[in-house]
Amino acid sequence: MGTPHAAVTAEPLDAARLLADCVSPSDGAALLFWGVVRAENDGREVAQLEYHAYAEMAERQMRKIAAEAIERFGTGDIRVVHRVGLLEVGEASVAIAVASPHRGEAYEASRYVIEELKRRVPVWKREGYVEGEREWVPGFTPSEAESDSGSTAGRPR
Amino acid sequence: MMVRSLFFAQYRDMAGAEELPVELPEGASVGDLVSALRGRVGGLASLPPKPVVAVNMDYAPLATPLREGDEVAFIPPVAGG
Repeated sequence: MGTPHAAVTAEPLDAARLLADCVSPSDGAALLFWGVVRAENDGREVAQLEYHAYAEMAERQMRKIAAEAIERFGTGDIRVVHRVGLLEVGEASVAIAVASPHRGEAYEASRYVIEELKRRVPVWKREGYVEGEREWVPGFTPSEAESDSGSTAGRPR
Repeated sequence: MMVRSLFFAQYRDMAGAEELPVELPEGASVGDLVSALRGRVGGLASLPPKPVVAVNMDYAPLATPLREGDEVAFIPPVAGG
């Protein structure tokens, strides 16, 4: 298999296509993680979320995370797409499709990809509140140990 | 040598720019670039002394030596998903 597919896009995410594209004849299951914009965060009512990315690096990091998950859990193909731009409540911000011969590994791999994505993929979001303010959402500080030369594959979960 | 500094999210608000070219002496490190930016008048003075950076799209320590044309991105805490 080649490098896993990962993309940053301003277009609405297409769940059916992502799932269909990752399934091969050796797979017996496919899972979709579908992250959506929630109407409330930390007690404030959110009207919309504005996502920004360092797109080229984000795509590299997402490919790397997907490749780690494939190796670690022995799944089939994994595809990751992150949306940028202005999103309304209920719209999908991230989609992760995992195909696998068996379902157990697919669940583990899907969880691994979303947790690692939140830790180290260079994406930011600014919440627009119903009362009109906008604020960058506090996030995770990536570690320099995530560099291509530093191994993360052996890190305990 | 010239390097490109890229800013995102809160750091872009501080810098007031997406990208700034910076002239550095040969042999300068990422840490030297941070010091140079923090020494400027304006919002970048409030850049943290040890920000997370990526050199040519790979996370890198502050001791990393820079070369002509390197792309150094300043990465505030990430909030994808």
